[in-house]
Amino acid sequence: MVNKSRPVKTTKTTRINRSSGGDFFSSKTGRLDLSDGSTFGGKMPDWQTGSFTGEVVFNTGMSGYVESITDPSYSNQILVFTYPLIGNYGVSLASAESGKIQVAGVIMSELAAHPSHTKPEISLAEWLKSQNIPVLYDVDTRSLTKHLRVKGTMAGSIGTTQAKPKDMKLESKIISITEPEIYNPKSKKKVILVDCGAKDNILRSLCAMKLQVKKVPYDYDYTKENYDGVVLSNGPGDPTDYAPTIAVARKALKIGKPVFGICLGNQVLGLAAGGKTFKLKFGHRGHNQPCMESDTERCYITSQNHGYALDAKSLPKNWDVWFRNLNDDSVEGIKHVSKPFFSVQFHPEACPGPTDTNFLFEKFRKLL
Amino acid sequence: MKKLEMPKKVVILGSGGLRIGQAGEFDYSGSQAIKSLKEEGIYTVLINPNIATVQTDDDMADKIYFQPLNAKTVTKILEQEKPDAITLSFGGQTALNLGLELHDTGVLKRLNIRVLGTPVSAIKATEDREIFKQVLSEIGTKTARSIATYNLKEALAAAKKIGYPIMMRSGFSLGGLGSGRIDNEAELKHRAGEVFKAVSQVLIEEYLMGWKEVEYEVVRDIDGNTITVCNMENFDPMGIHTGESIVVAPSQTLTNEEYHRLREMAIKTINHIGIIGECNIQYALNPVDGDYRVIEVNARLSRSSALASKATGYPLAFVASKLMLGKRLHELKNAVTGKTSAFYEPALDYLAVKMPRWDLTKLKAGDHHIGSEMKSVGEVMALGRSFPEALQKAIRMLNIGAEGLSAHPYEFTDKLDEIKNATDRRLYAIYDALKEGVSVDKIHDLSRIDNWFLNHLKDILETEEDLRMPKTLKSDMLMRAKKQGFSDKTIARLRGNTEAKVRKFRVKNGVVPVVKQIDTLAGEFDAETNYLYVTYHGETNDVKPLGAKAVAIIGSGPYCIGSSVEFDWCAVNTAKTLAKRGKKTIIVNSNPETVSTDFDRSDRLYFEELTLERLQDIADFETPEGIVVSVGGQIANNLALPLAHNGYPILGTSAEDIDKAEDRQKFSTMLGGLGIDQPEWQEVTNLKNAKAFGKKVGYPLLVRPSYVLSGGAMSVIKAEKELELYLNRATHLSPDHPVVISRFILNAKELEIDGVAQNGKLLIYAMSEHIENAGVHSGDATVVYPAQQLYLETVRRAKRIAKDVARSLNITGPFNIQFIAKDNELKVIECNVRASRSFPFVSKVSGHNFIAIAIDAMLGLPNNTAYQTLELDHVAVKSPQFSYNRLKGADPVAGVEMASTGEVACFGNSLEEAFYSSWLATEQQVKGKRVFISVPDEHKLKFIDEAKALQKDGWKIYTSEGTHDFLKKQGINSTKLYKIRDKKEPSLRSAIEGKKFDLMISVPSLIESSSDAYSIRRLAIDNHVPLLTNAETGRLLLKCLTSEELKNITPKYWKEYFPV
Repeated sequence: MVNKSRPVKTTKTTRINRSSGGDFFSSKTGRLDLSDGSTFGGKMPDWQTGSFTGEVVFNTGMSGYVESITDPSYSNQILVFTYPLIGNYGVSLASAESGKIQVAGVIMSELAAHPSHTKPEISLAEWLKSQNIPVLYDVDTRSLTKHLRVKGTMAGSIGTTQAKPKDMKLESKIISITEPEIYNPKSKKKVILVDCGAKDNILRSLCAMKLQVKKVPYDYDYTKENYDGVVLSNGPGDPTDYAPTIAVARKALKIGKPVFGICLGNQVLGLAAGGKTFKLKFGHRGHNQPCMESDTERCYITSQNHGYALDAKSLPKNWDVWFRNLNDDSVEGIKHVSKPFFSVQFHPEACPGPTDTNFLFEKFRKLL
Repeated sequence: MKKLEMPKKVVILGSGGLRIGQAGEFDYSGSQAIKSLKEEGIYTVLINPNIATVQTDDDMADKIYFQPLNAKTVTKILEQEKPDAITLSFGGQTALNLGLELHDTGVLKRLNIRVLGTPVSAIKATEDREIFKQVLSEIGTKTARSIATYNLKEALAAAKKIGYPIMMRSGFSLGGLGSGRIDNEAELKHRAGEVFKAVSQVLIEEYLMGWKEVEYEVVRDIDGNTITVCNMENFDPMGIHTGESIVVAPSQTLTNEEYHRLREMAIKTINHIGIIGECNIQYALNPVDGDYRVIEVNARLSRSSALASKATGYPLAFVASKLMLGKRLHELKNAVTGKTSAFYEPALDYLAVKMPRWDLTKLKAGDHHIGSEMKSVGEVMALGRSFPEALQKAIRMLNIGAEGLSAHPYEFTDKLDEIKNATDRRLYAIYDALKEGVSVDKIHDLSRIDNWFLNHLKDILETEEDLRMPKTLKSDMLMRAKKQGFSDKTIARLRGNTEAKVRKFRVKNGVVPVVKQIDTLAGEFDAETNYLYVTYHGETNDVKPLGAKAVAIIGSGPYCIGSSVEFDWCAVNTAKTLAKRGKKTIIVNSNPETVSTDFDRSDRLYFEELTLERLQDIADFETPEGIVVSVGGQIANNLALPLAHNGYPILGTSAEDIDKAEDRQKFSTMLGGLGIDQPEWQEVTNLKNAKAFGKKVGYPLLVRPSYVLSGGAMSVIKAEKELELYLNRATHLSPDHPVVISRFILNAKELEIDGVAQNGKLLIYAMSEHIENAGVHSGDATVVYPAQQLYLETVRRAKRIAKDVARSLNITGPFNIQFIAKDNELKVIECNVRASRSFPFVSKVSGHNFIAIAIDAMLGLPNNTAYQTLELDHVAVKSPQFSYNRLKGADPVAGVEMASTGEVACFGNSLEEAFYSSWLATEQQVKGKRVFISVPDEHKLKFIDEAKALQKDGWKIYTSEGTHDFLKKQGINSTKLYKIRDKKEPSLRSAIEGKKFDLMISVPSLIESSSDAYSIRRLAIDNHVPLLTNAETGRLLLKCLTSEELKNITPKYWKEYFPV
């Protein structure tokens, strides 16, 4: 078991060199091939070789590329940024949401040649290069986004030659620690953070409330231990692939201590309660998702990143839809009518995106 | 949840005449509000004397008052109308201040009128500096610290408290002198010591210069649901007013943490203040450590909210007005998608660049520095998918003769100085400095502009250098240049080629732009939006061409001196008429302060450049059946010929005939053939010819370069020596154009005809006259319609001429002719075959929409109506709105160069009533009975009756020496004041500074000029004394002030003048 303070990593800093002539590194023609046979042209840096496949999804946030690409929920996915200028303020590793870049690739219109900020340690381009993450830029990302919106998310390959990616369910890779980790060991109140690919800011948010956090692997059974509450984290892929997590959560519900689910954690809680999930056509990925709290009719702008959702009709008795999406009416949160179990589909920890629902952490803490 | 009672009748306060700091954006916000309130079944009453606005059209508010926005008049209207509510947030600072006054004086309470939206207490918290700081500190939000000090000791103590470096600002009257950064106590001792000799108050402020300037537009409903619709970052950091800055939306250099920290704070602050509706919050953000200060909150729709609305597609004013009625954000729909909720924050997949438009040369403002006060008169917004693309588009949109960064008309003596001490042309100084090899870091040190922006300028420069290379132009190089916003014209210039050839090569090689939609959510949902822009960063078009049945309308571009909201009115009414006739409409415009760029005003809105290249791109894509060039002012008009030459269909009068009126020589020949007189003129290219012409016709002369808009660089020359001076300057000013000299006729009247013809046949016309004698630019003149003081003979002949001209030019559509009349002789000064600035005025006064008639004429619809436009039961007067108090040092005297920034118009039963209301409507008033009069000999006789009336009415009259002696001979007593240069008391200077006058009539002599007169005029403006410098308007105003009938005017609404 490891004792840690805050999950902050640092890496060697590098400055960006640019050659003259508009492109700041030499590039070659690249392409994105989608499983439905369509192709989108772009450019790739010269250093990039080979072909890279992933599920192509788009995010409409206008800032927060560092946070997004390090979000484990994006693992196996090629992320399309709809905002055309990406990398403007470089990369500050302190704002990463995990120890590495998690996306399978990134697609954008313009990759910043001149990042500018006092804080950045490395340019986005250099960072992507250092972790061998493919990038395709100079792409008509609006056209691509509209395509995905109409046809739904699908598999795609970034490369220089034609590829035929298949829409099989992409290998479900669960991202989790293997050994439990403890943070703030001296704090009295102790919460379990079930790591299904948790964003670091969930951990930071819990630590900031002076809670002892025991971060455990996704299949870890904490129900025999002494704890005051459970947080079910976000994570990539299909929630039904997390059978062990769901099974332990079901036991936790019997114990009755507070349970707080976030993103995938919302789906896990719903499944543990007996509900069902389904895959959305193109998911919710952005920083402007409007949600309404059902009982108060208060509205919040939320940050989201998910491809699956809970089916409202499948919710068992004693469970209410807590939040709904104002755009498509999908379930954005559930809660138990009497017990301290609740979860949200969005990211109250933000990073990236709006901080409107940050108060949910405090709500959880008060219940402990 | 709170519940509000829905009001039945609401009074909306407008913003009056356009002026610096308060332009057309309030026509946009007011129009949206009216539409929104009416949709709820509310009876709307609008008070706004700005007759050229869309919001004062008869299909807008239920009742419209063209009345002055002052407490006296508005109180009377409120008493008459008995509304249950009033809105203060759609009419700029004018409406807000007026509303606060009505609240404070108890009028609203007495009449039981509720203020919609943000409560008055909350408005006050944002308006009063001290309350504001207090309220924000309650929630731990930081504001910029500032301490007012009254002696050196206090100043030193304050500086110690705040910590060095500090910003020192001298209070009032010094005009920025003595302001600046102070690094230590010794320096402060020295500099503050100096300043305290001249002024009593010195502000010691926290030094925020060079911090990033960021703003958020915040919307909040009655339940406290809050969103930030847009954030914006200034290219020019703190120290330059946001209205003077280049602004990008969304922010480009803020990290996610900074973006959302400021956003969270904005929501917290706005919730705490208790705004209901829309507001804007401005921040300074320290680029090094991320520290911040809230600079201000505007508790109303603003220029920034208009910009944010256009930049995102989110209809802020419309939504705000619904929220004021108690609706909640989630109950409203996103108007762009029609499906999703209005409670959301737009996601952009492009960026917007706003650029200010200055007219400092035309306004004769000596100082071109920009800073904490607004001087710009308009703005443009460019959309693109890269910063260079949008930036270079914006430059072309400004219509200042710059084709982009690399092709601007400016020459610098000290670039680095203009970069450090910003002027209106700093951007170009930076580019030229980069060209000379000055480093980005050095420019950053001087300007504090973020390197992200500067490096992009350098990218553009590198592309320019590559374009200059002699090797063959390949299509990938061309694409790179186009993606960075280079125009075909610039590329042609850099390559020694022609624009047409570059275009041909480009199109042949498939280097063509695509059309993209503004859908507010970055493509996430299907949106039936018609809001479009053009970009080279794309492969596919978002829309299919409209094709036949579509008509494109070229808008007016940025507001500037000579082109204002009136052309926006024309564009909107054109679209309205075309739609009525079953046409699909395409509006192209670049000005975010307009109603025509509201996406529900046309079938398609292209927020684009008004250049030949871009219009060709759009027309090639859309293939419309016609293009309307005659309703957008001079920019649109100038495109007629090039568009026609390239084979595009122009609707209405042919381009050749338009040119025949524009080209002085052709026009003159035509008039000659028709036997129509015009003042003698000659086009000269050298001084010798000019002098010879002067000898022949005699002085004064009127000189101007050909093809001008609103008399740019026009001047009256009184003697040969002046002529020499002028021509040396003028040729330098515009080397491509020769100078036209004409005889200047003294003591003549000016009249105008606005008309519409079809196939050369006059359909309708309106004849108006100027109150001022000839010599005042028609845009600065006080215009009376219908004309009241013309001989019947003159009227008949003017009409005859209009008919002849319309026939000879084979006009189909709008036109305007200006005449000069003296001793029953009528001469034509000029003719424009397009809608003039007085079209909305004559339309609303006559009751006939001239634009609708013009468009029908263009569509070939027969029209045999006989319009009665000569004799009406009422009279209306249009007065110019000046912005002299905004421009330090500018000479506040109307002349042949246009200087007004806007206009207002009021109706009356008599000329006097209409004139007086109209003068008051320019936000002036005479508060007491003390007047200063100084008129030159040539005008003195005219003032005898008025001076006698003043004396009888108990006025205290002050005069200059000459006027004093003259009046004395007429038996009128006055107090003589000495000229400034006499250095004797009682002097005029001390009288003005001592606030001795309620009004000043100071008429300069046309025959001799004096610098003393300028100082007096300027003093009057700086001391907020109402000033008239024209003999005719001065005399008329005095007549009004002594008239018994005008002491208590009952304000009438527009339709009251048109009894059924």
